[in-house]
Amino acid sequence: MSPALVVLIIGILVPFIILISLSMWTRDGFGFDMTPTFENYQRVGTEPIFSTLLARSFWISGIATFFTVLLCYPMAYYVAFHVHRNKMLWIVLMTLPFWTSYLLRVFAWRVILGYEGVINSAFLSMGWIQAPLEFLLYSQTAVIITLAHAWAAFAILPLYVSLEKIDKSLLEAATDLGDGPVRRFLRITLPLSLPGVISACFLIFIPTTGDYITPALLGGPDGVMIGNLIQLQFGPVNNWPMGAALSIVLMLWIGALALVFLFITRKAKDRLA
Amino acid sequence: MKQSTYIKRPNRALQIYAIVFLIVLYLPVLFIPLFSFNDSIYVRFPMQGFTVEWYKAMWTRDSVWAALGNSVTVGFWVAIISTALGVVAARAITRYRMPGQNALITFAMLPLVVPGVIFGVALLVLVSRLGIPLSLYTVSLGHLIICLPFAIATLLPRFEGFDRSMDEASADLGENGWWTFWRVTFPMVAPGVVASLLLTFTISFDEFIMTFFLSGTDTTLPIYIWTQLRFPREFPTVLAMSTLILALSFVMVFIALWIGRLGIVTDNAEDTK
Repeated sequence: MSPALVVLIIGILVPFIILISLSMWTRDGFGFDMTPTFENYQRVGTEPIFSTLLARSFWISGIATFFTVLLCYPMAYYVAFHVHRNKMLWIVLMTLPFWTSYLLRVFAWRVILGYEGVINSAFLSMGWIQAPLEFLLYSQTAVIITLAHAWAAFAILPLYVSLEKIDKSLLEAATDLGDGPVRRFLRITLPLSLPGVISACFLIFIPTTGDYITPALLGGPDGVMIGNLIQLQFGPVNNWPMGAALSIVLMLWIGALALVFLFITRKAKDRLA
Repeated sequence: MKQSTYIKRPNRALQIYAIVFLIVLYLPVLFIPLFSFNDSIYVRFPMQGFTVEWYKAMWTRDSVWAALGNSVTVGFWVAIISTALGVVAARAITRYRMPGQNALITFAMLPLVVPGVIFGVALLVLVSRLGIPLSLYTVSLGHLIICLPFAIATLLPRFEGFDRSMDEASADLGENGWWTFWRVTFPMVAPGVVASLLLTFTISFDEFIMTFFLSGTDTTLPIYIWTQLRFPREFPTVLAMSTLILALSFVMVFIALWIGRLGIVTDNAEDTK
């Protein structure tokens, strides 16, 4: 473990400590004023653009996470309960696209949703619409669709693992005791697969809140997210301390939301069981 | 088995859902290769006819080859180093029970869930504070952090399924630790090592977010594609490049998944059969 640990400490712990200290400095021309101050955090707390973008990022990621898990659940359920031969093949088929370039998968949606993209040009040539649909590209919807598609594998794997683990004799017992398919699902399958649902939600929600490729390629002005703002601070705006403060605030929010979510699901699980 | 057939009976609706799901999962990505052979600089229907002109255009461009060369070099070294570190880590995790071990594993898996943009800026701040110029070395460091959790996750199940008495037998027969590793441990974990090498190479080859922050004047292929996206005239060439990347990733991952029987999910599936 030790060499790997050294790399992880250099690569994770040290950068974060430096990031925290940087967030308490201020920009001073091309350098930094190193007197510790909470000025950046105050600005994040008071200026509306930051809270708007934070809220929007959580909203977009939240919706995308919800739909991804909802749509992937039946798929994982199907493979866990109804596929008996070539399970491996199904798992490979479901996860293969995930290993291809994220940039290219996002780019593919731009090809599809674009003003002269696949959908618009196909509908136009079939005469279904008179003018290209403009809301397809550069909207929050476009970002949500793309995120849901790009992160599907992160939902399918944990869902599948938790569903696969369920002892099938419990389902038989429920049926023998008179539960119909719906009650059986609600009282046995769903509560027992909840750990998979929870990890799927985390695995999608957390990374997508900071995503900036998808909003940059498909979001337009309405779809800008906090990741784009962070990237701007380190790029054209050149205010690194502000960018560092934004990153820390984003992390803290994610941590807080994760705790709230865990608490709610625990309550829900108690209720179901 | 017979008694449980009422649970296992095929569900037509789910089956159709699963097939539609797979189509939706793959279709967007397939538009990229489709339009890369289209004889028009516009990505729209109806298609204009078959051409390989864009592949020829790509072939003669030096900057494409330079970016490809950089991607391969970085991917090669990142794959080797992250897999080597992963082997050491996985072996230590499965062999020795250390206090706080679970916390350590969680720590190592952090790069999987923390938004890429935060890791990117944190590492950028670290290298710039140390005065290290941005180059392919800093890119490789970033990739290493991202790839290490994948390497550990791929290798861990291999080492977990490993029978320790083999090691002990080898020691009893007079082999020292080093030779035991090479002649007993290594051949047994070799499929995991190959899978880890292929997967980490693919991840590094496709990685965009970290590279975006950490690359200097030398860029990798995804960054090159990103810069080309700004020029509409270059669009078909980008499609051609993307097709090649997609093809390469698909082949690599398919081999990796079959050789390594990718990790935890598969092993569980086999256990429960």
